[in-house]
Amino acid sequence: MSTRHILLGLLSSGPSHGYDLKRRHDERFPQARPLAYGQVYTTLQRLVRDALAEVEGTDSDGGPERTVYRATEDGERELARWAGETAPPAPFVANEIFAKVVVAILSGGDPAAYLLRQRDAHMARMRELTKVKTTPGADLATVLSADYALSHLDADLRWMTTTADRLSTLTAEVTAR
Amino acid sequence: MSATTEPLLAARDLVKAHGRTDALRGASAELHAGEVLAVTGPSGSGKSTLLHCMAGILRPDGGSVHYEGLRLDTCTEDRLSALRRTDFGVVFQFGQLIPELTLTDNVALPLMLAGTSRREARARAGEWLGRFGVGDRADARPGELSGGQAQRGALARALVTGPRVVFADEPTGALDSLAGEQVMTELVSAARASGAAVLLVTHDARVAAYADREIRLADGRAAVTEGAV
Ligand SMILES: Nc1ncnc2c1ncn2[C@@H]1O[C@H](COP(=O)(O)OP(=O)(O)O)[C@@H](O)[C@H]1O
Ligand SMILES: [Mg+2]
Repeated sequence: MSTRHILLGLLSSGPSHGYDLKRRHDERFPQARPLAYGQVYTTLQRLVRDALAEVEGTDSDGGPERTVYRATEDGERELARWAGETAPPAPFVANEIFAKVVVAILSGGDPAAYLLRQRDAHMARMRELTKVKTTPGADLATVLSADYALSHLDADLRWMTTTADRLSTLTAEVTAR
Repeated sequence: MSATTEPLLAARDLVKAHGRTDALRGASAELHAGEVLAVTGPSGSGKSTLLHCMAGILRPDGGSVHYEGLRLDTCTEDRLSALRRTDFGVVFQFGQLIPELTLTDNVALPLMLAGTSRREARARAGEWLGRFGVGDRADARPGELSGGQAQRGALARALVTGPRVVFADEPTGALDSLAGEQVMTELVSAARASGAAVLLVTHDARVAAYADREIRLADGRAAVTEGAV
């Protein structure tokens, strides 16, 4: 995920300071990890260094002085390029679950029991996400990002079910080498 | 909803064969008042048979089903049908709406069977249809409805009598994913608002995630129970 493009995107709707950008980011992407202030400031400095953003001035608004940034024309162009570019569909996702299954087979462990526990952990997370998105008043951004996570967890579960059904064949294949 | 309170509905060691197929071989499940319990498992694992036994639609060959103080598996047919009218509501994948009746009359029917006047029953049916967002389809017949609208009508029909248990067997099975999510949201929020417990049979993890906890069937037995009780 490109934090610099996301901050640039937030800046493109109007000049803003770091604290405000962090707040808007966390609101707009509720299921994402909240941005750390440090990360916001280093990212802003790099955007300025690369001439994609510039300092507009300072704003104190009664409180401490804050540097206000705005996107440059280069920044807007870069943003348009990034937003229109397709994200690469991952051909082989780094699959920790599969690695654990294979290691369990190699080490004489119990991959079936592991898959059941993993399934329970996935279901518990799916119940949490479903609660989040069905809470009355949840906004569409929250619903859609929970749906994204739910779809991926559901895909993992389907894969785990198929794998559990084929463990004896996989065990034979893994231990034959 | 704590493990120490008596369950509202409890199936113990159920055995049930369909002809020569052993559909249940010692399945147990407990449903507590007000909870949403998912019964999951692969196709053919006995989920629907378990639901039918717990709802008093099928009689098991062995084991017991207790609803509060009453043994459902041995009580009289009259007692069972009375209970199904007053305490239980059902939502299936499709087919529970009567094609010849309007949506309003479909939803009013369970109330009328329980002795409510037609006028009063239709008024309450109208309120429930409105609550599920199909008030404007009240005069349509099931054949004129989309899958999602028909299923909302079925939800209204299941809930209109104020049941203590709603039995839902693959309630989103015939719907696309967005309509399915909406029907699940409405089912769970209506059940929570009225304090009804839900026994939700599904093979779909995304649907099961609407429940408070889950039991998983494999070969006619409950394999795993998990989730917060
Ligand atoms: N009416 C029936 N007649 C014969 N076999 C049946 C009947 N209903 C279910 N079965 C069989 O019983 C087993 C369990 O079925 P069911 O309870 O419908 O499972 P699920 O709902 O999990 O798919 C399956 O093997 C199914 O083919
Ligand atoms: Mg079934």
